[in-house]
Amino acid sequence: MHKAEKVWLTLSFGMIIGFMLITGYQAFAKDMGPPSYGERIDPQKVDETAPFDNPGVTQIGENEYEVVMTLQVFSFTPNKIEIPAGSTVHFTMTSKDVTHGFQVAGTNINAMVMPGYISKITQKFDKPGEYLVLCNEYCGAGHQMMSTTITVK
Amino acid sequence: MEALKSYDWKDKANKALGISQEDARITKSYLSVAFIAILFGGLLGLLQGMNRAGILELPVWANYYKVLTAHGLLLVVVLSAFFTIGYFYAGLSHTLGGLLPKVRKMAWIGFWMKIFGFVLAVIPVLQGDASVMYTFYPPMAAAPMFYIGLVFIVLGVWMLAFGAFINVANWRKNHKGQHIPIFSFFATGVFVLLFFGSLPVAIEVFYIIPWAFGWIETINVMVSRTLFWAFGHTLVNIWYLTAISAWYVFIPKIIGGKRWSDLLTRVVVIALVIMNITGGFHHQIVDPGISESVKYMHVFMSLAIGFPSLMTAYAMFAVFEKTARKKGGKGLVGWYKKMPWGDVRFLAPFIAMAAFIPAGAGGIVQSTNQLNQVVHNSMWVVGHFHLTLGMTVVMTFFGVSYWLVPYVSGRVLTPKINKLGIIQTIVWTVGMVLMSGAMHWVGLLGSPRRTSYSTYFDNATALSWDPYLFFLAIGGTLLMIGVLLQVYAVFYMMFFAPKGETEFPMAEEEEDATPTPMWTERWGLWIVLMLTLVSMAYVIPLVDFIVNAPPGSPPFKTW
Repeated sequence: MHKAEKVWLTLSFGMIIGFMLITGYQAFAKDMGPPSYGERIDPQKVDETAPFDNPGVTQIGENEYEVVMTLQVFSFTPNKIEIPAGSTVHFTMTSKDVTHGFQVAGTNINAMVMPGYISKITQKFDKPGEYLVLCNEYCGAGHQMMSTTITVK
Repeated sequence: MEALKSYDWKDKANKALGISQEDARITKSYLSVAFIAILFGGLLGLLQGMNRAGILELPVWANYYKVLTAHGLLLVVVLSAFFTIGYFYAGLSHTLGGLLPKVRKMAWIGFWMKIFGFVLAVIPVLQGDASVMYTFYPPMAAAPMFYIGLVFIVLGVWMLAFGAFINVANWRKNHKGQHIPIFSFFATGVFVLLFFGSLPVAIEVFYIIPWAFGWIETINVMVSRTLFWAFGHTLVNIWYLTAISAWYVFIPKIIGGKRWSDLLTRVVVIALVIMNITGGFHHQIVDPGISESVKYMHVFMSLAIGFPSLMTAYAMFAVFEKTARKKGGKGLVGWYKKMPWGDVRFLAPFIAMAAFIPAGAGGIVQSTNQLNQVVHNSMWVVGHFHLTLGMTVVMTFFGVSYWLVPYVSGRVLTPKINKLGIIQTIVWTVGMVLMSGAMHWVGLLGSPRRTSYSTYFDNATALSWDPYLFFLAIGGTLLMIGVLLQVYAVFYMMFFAPKGETEFPMAEEEEDATPTPMWTERWGLWIVLMLTLVSMAYVIPLVDFIVNAPPGSPPFKTW
């Protein structure tokens, strides 16, 4: 084996291990892991199951809000959310029908929302403005209309 | 081209082993289907690009999602599979001294099963009863005929896989103590992966069919999604393994050089076979119901695939430099002038390799948890697989077609077609770079994949994506021109080019190469290791999804 080959293999290996370590550090030490909440729900009884029997925005602390949201073809409930700048928002979501995606353009919010499972994701909104919320998993004929906004004031 | 003229005795031996008419017919049929698929698939792609750019409103009967489902099926299921099979069966025939009569029969049965399955699947798609994309995530339910079609496609693939195993096993029995010829070694790896990779989707489909018919009321959505991706990502890596087989085996010969280390080549194949199936999990990084520790374990499983690819990158550039220096190339980078840039059989695969540098880096991004969350289901992903499949894999296939088609047709590559190929390569490169580049960028800004043109009720953020999306139409148009040139070249070489002999350009090892150890031939062991890794990856999440299953979902038709 040539010296150059050894150097290359070492660099390759080091790069991949580096990615691993940084990913692990971010996930477990900095709490930046991907949305992984595990609770289940009966997808045919979402409207009767708490907390989804009462979807909406609730203030749960100073600058802290919980959004309980259902996704269904082709809308988000609640929609047109308004929150003050600097708030931390915890989203708790599930789907009433097919697989949907929950994405907020301009943020790192990105989660699959699937029937039978509850998805949770948290985001701090510092910058005021109107954020576009859209479904990023194909869910049917009106998929391209499935959107709403979060207004940060 | 000079390399073509310099024969040695091994070339003559290769010639004597040349392909029989019957084996050639198999490859010609598979390649014809592949290139007809790219013609239609490309056209549908152009329609989507125009729609996403906001300049074409698709009529109801050619709805965006119907068109997208057909585009995916034609290119991911038909083009890639038919090319791979036609290519490797020509190689099995060439390197193992012809296909066995039994295997030839299996290749034809598999061919018609795949065609029959595809027709069954495509009818409901055209009728608008299966606009479910090629990923068909339950609880969206297509017409049952769609899934029955998929069953026949999978059974056809298995027929081909077992045909290849029988032929290789027969050769091994008659050549005890010898290495499988390198190209058949690649073929073995590809068919092992095709068989084991399609097992999970076969299980998924067998369990969707009674649900689609309404015989069972509900389905477990996470089990089917997980089974799908155990297959889905393996599939794309199979096309990649097919592409690198051409880089390792044929490119050195085409540039007039020798193969890189035989041992390293075989280790790369083995590594890709063992580690591939578990890579699919990174499609589920932002899914609910999977714990963070399982997701972290899977980052390693996905990233590990990067290692053999980095070895390949080294090997390729080492072969280029070595060969060019032998031809008198000088300087740190000056040797590149000695490469045969005017030979399409080199140029197209070379650009394909170069494209894999950003494409592979993008793949590492997508398998890393937090970065995945930024780009998941955005147009970035579409840009990524147009770079990997649309450039790295497909341009290698194009490059191969300029010798494989004449070889199986008993014709030659004319200088005119070579020139056409060079133009095609440039058009394709420019089109793909523009389109894929814009897709990556607009994806980072938040534009989603699999969504027809939408301003989201004139939302300012969505409107700001329009200038980038316009490149989808420009790139798509160039790519359509590329498709037409390529399809013309293939059918010209198959039926109209001057008759003559074309070699099967297998490169030789270096004269002073150290012999490869025999342990590389232990396929049973590689399969056991692969299955061990697959169980490590999938037993925990699958058991959890089944044991702690929520009530299931009934079928929905939402389009």
